[in-house]
Amino acid sequence: MDSFLEKLFGKEKKSASAAKERLKFVLIHDRTDITPGQLDSLKNEIIDVISKYVKIEPNKVKINMTQEGKEQRLIADIPILTAPNRRR
Amino acid sequence: MSAKVVTISSGKGGVGKTTTTANLAVALAQENQKVVCIDGDIGLRNLDVILGLENRIVYDLVDIVEGRCRIKQAMIRDKRLPELFLIPSAQSRDKSAVSPSDMIRLCDELRDEVDWILVDSPAGIERGFRNALAPADLVLVVTNPEVSSVRDADRIIGLIESEEKGPAQLILNRVNPTLTKKGDMLSTEDVVDLLAIDLIGVIPEDESVIVSSNRGQPVTLSNHSKAGVAFRNIARRLLGEEVPFMSLETGNNLLNRLAKMMKIRGD
Repeated sequence: MDSFLEKLFGKEKKSASAAKERLKFVLIHDRTDITPGQLDSLKNEIIDVISKYVKIEPNKVKINMTQEGKEQRLIADIPILTAPNRRR
Repeated sequence: MSAKVVTISSGKGGVGKTTTTANLAVALAQENQKVVCIDGDIGLRNLDVILGLENRIVYDLVDIVEGRCRIKQAMIRDKRLPELFLIPSAQSRDKSAVSPSDMIRLCDELRDEVDWILVDSPAGIERGFRNALAPADLVLVVTNPEVSSVRDADRIIGLIESEEKGPAQLILNRVNPTLTKKGDMLSTEDVVDLLAIDLIGVIPEDESVIVSSNRGQPVTLSNHSKAGVAFRNIARRLLGEEVPFMSLETGNNLLNRLAKMMKIRGD
């Protein structure tokens, strides 16, 4: 409902929440010293390694860094392709 | 007496470190504590003008370190609060004139003489910051609710932890409750959430801070400003008292807002 009204009145997101979101992203990269570019090559290498063992869909792989309090976490979501002959 | 050494730092310049140091020193002295504050910003000294003691400097920090005077000769007694002292920084030298071990030695010699030693750290993460950090028992990080100072604060917090001087505590300075309410300024909760450290004080943006630094009379010396009350609250928290946060310091949630509205109507 909120987003519908916001769209209707063309209301922008408040600047404080924009600031918080941007800072979250920046701080995670500052703290781990991993640039978005490095994260990308890390992702590609993980895809290469995993593909040696199982079939995956490279463009559905997601690797994100998250922060919870003082902890930084690398979260990978790697959907595995089911072999078609097993489905039958 | 064994003093506690408190270093005030921030990373970014201009967020209010020196003002905070001056006002906390005043607030602690008002609580009958014997306080010496040290200006750690060699080459860019400022704590003297904020405290209004610039005309009384004879010796400075570098004079002590290089043996040209005894510590007591460089300590300027504040006439308004006889338990408050300043060790000014040197203006014509640079940070390399003092080393971290010089600072540790100086503070160790002062420990038996006073209750509190406040060290005003320079901006940046180089030598001057290392000097200010070295003797610290507790580090207070000052930040404003805006992106660049929060980012720099996070960096400083990391360095404090890697030097095993943590956990640091946070002072959020120049909070504008109207902007926060409108959603156009990071709230106290936002900043605490992002930086993941304990909060020790929230200072509202207050014109009287500027007026008082113009006069060289820290705002905490007078009884009539919100910022002064906020600084006194931090001093009491440093002394171990449990002081509730002022209403502007609490969150922006509906309940708080309702409570505030009722209060206004009640008055």
